[in-house]
Amino acid sequence: MTANLVNVLMSGIFHAAILFLVAAGLQVVFGVQKIFNLACGSFYALGAYTGVTAVQYFVGHGGPPALFILPLVLGGLAAGLIGIVVERGLLRFVYDRDETFQLLLTFALVLMLEDLIRMTWGTAPVSTGGLYLNYGQARIAGATVPVYNLIVIGASLALALGIGWLLTRTAFGRIIRAAADNREMAQALGVDMRSVYIRVFTLGTMLGTLGGALVIPSTAAMSEMGIELIVEAFAVVVIGGLGSMRGAFVGALGVGVLRSVAISVYPELEMLLIYLIVIAVLIWRPQGLFGAAPA
Amino acid sequence: MRTPLVLALVGISTAIAPLVSPAYYVTLMLPFMAYGVVLLGLNLLFGSAGLVSFGHALFISIGAYAGAVLTTHLGVRHMELILPAGALAAAIVAAPVGALCVRYVKIYFGMLTLAFGMVFYTFLLKFYRLTGGDEGMRVLRPYLLGREWSGFSKTDYLIGPYYYFSLVVLVLATLLMWRIVRSPFGLCLRTIRDNPLKAESLGISVPRYRWYAFMISAVYAAVGGALLAPPTGNVDPTLAYWTHSGNIVFMVLLGGFSSFFGPLLGAFAFIFLQDTVMSVFPYWRLIFGAVLAFIVIFAPGGLMGLLSRRRPAEVPGA
Repeated sequence: MTANLVNVLMSGIFHAAILFLVAAGLQVVFGVQKIFNLACGSFYALGAYTGVTAVQYFVGHGGPPALFILPLVLGGLAAGLIGIVVERGLLRFVYDRDETFQLLLTFALVLMLEDLIRMTWGTAPVSTGGLYLNYGQARIAGATVPVYNLIVIGASLALALGIGWLLTRTAFGRIIRAAADNREMAQALGVDMRSVYIRVFTLGTMLGTLGGALVIPSTAAMSEMGIELIVEAFAVVVIGGLGSMRGAFVGALGVGVLRSVAISVYPELEMLLIYLIVIAVLIWRPQGLFGAAPA
Repeated sequence: MRTPLVLALVGISTAIAPLVSPAYYVTLMLPFMAYGVVLLGLNLLFGSAGLVSFGHALFISIGAYAGAVLTTHLGVRHMELILPAGALAAAIVAAPVGALCVRYVKIYFGMLTLAFGMVFYTFLLKFYRLTGGDEGMRVLRPYLLGREWSGFSKTDYLIGPYYYFSLVVLVLATLLMWRIVRSPFGLCLRTIRDNPLKAESLGISVPRYRWYAFMISAVYAAVGGALLAPPTGNVDPTLAYWTHSGNIVFMVLLGGFSSFFGPLLGAFAFIFLQDTVMSVFPYWRLIFGAVLAFIVIFAPGGLMGLLSRRRPAEVPGA
């Protein structure tokens, strides 16, 4: 009984760790650029595929399988550099446009990236096989949990703290928050918005691609994984509050665990429950749990 | 004004298409006409009321599933009953959903509609016994004008009676929408879009008018959805998925959301372009994504905007 409960909780928290990374990417971009980036999920899928390829290359060239996490993370981070291309090549044209058009531009990205992935990696799922079992299994209260999952949960927590530190304790973080708060004033005070936008968007993209890379050893990469995850990340940021990092953290934990509990108790409810909560939050508290009250 | 001439030409060629063009292209006209009805309604929200729904696939799937349930489970085969039944079901769902959604604008409206769409999608997917799960349900060939058309092969039925039936529905839907956007109601919607505060102070009830527009567009989407299903003979949950909602917004933008006939042109261009691209290159999303990005950045007026660039801007929707 406890073993079962721990299993359900741990799988929920693992999912939450990944969801947090993607949602954090969504939040940082929304906070500064005010663009709701539907392509976050596609970045996540791209990171997953790049991660698999990097790991396969590494192991294929005689790298020790136990160190597969290094190429995995590097591959994920490298995929995030596409953020620079996307920001310079597309988004910078629409910053002063209606948000509907911004949203549709990110939808265009979703379409393009989905097929780019299909062209590059084909339609069959790809995976790293059982590599993640290299780290063994841990026994927690009678339940067996892959150590790899614990590493990912730890990494996600560390990143959450790191983002918190970046935003509150560094000069760049102060600039980000100032730009999010009042773009004109930040600009008037000499902030180079062009460079802030590039860096913020690349940061957001990297969080997504890293999330995709980290999830992939425990599952398989499929071309639809992006459009499926974005609606979950969407639920997370709406529940947590658009633009809020704390909201992304709590929202991800809530959605991840709730979904995992729902699957084990009454599978039909799975995401239905999550979307009903999203609707309830939007109706009673549209700014989300941690969002600023709408002006 | 060249519009009447163009309309007459389009009308004549659509009417004689089954007689002169290959059956394959005629069957492509069926989804065009179904989406045409959907988009006329969607653009009442988008173009006239300024609200962009990212969950309208919800109402398309209600219409489509209504046809499936009626023909396979309830033995109701008459299209003349299926369309109103789908419209009624959509109106019943849209009444509370719309009342909640129209309290918000812009991105919150989009998010709320998206969430409702996904609720229905997961319902269709997970409640297997009611909806057939991911395999969906079959849609039996509907009777038209009380006749079974049993002597017709599937293709002959589709490019003959079904084609003209769809065409009549599309024409009626277009005429009705033309009246709606040119009525005082349509004018109120545009006033609300351009300046909600002023509209309020003029005595227009902003939420109520938005709610009416939402209801009308939901009914249009359901009628279009009911027309969409019989040619494929099957409905499945992807009809309600959020990317389907995104695609229909894309169609409206492609044709031009600030013109009355833009959405119809958009549906036509989308269906035929998709078919052309797919016949030479399997990755149509890549091309379409690039097209959408181009439109958003360089030509927000869509195809209609490009065609009428030299003429003075007309009043949107009028």
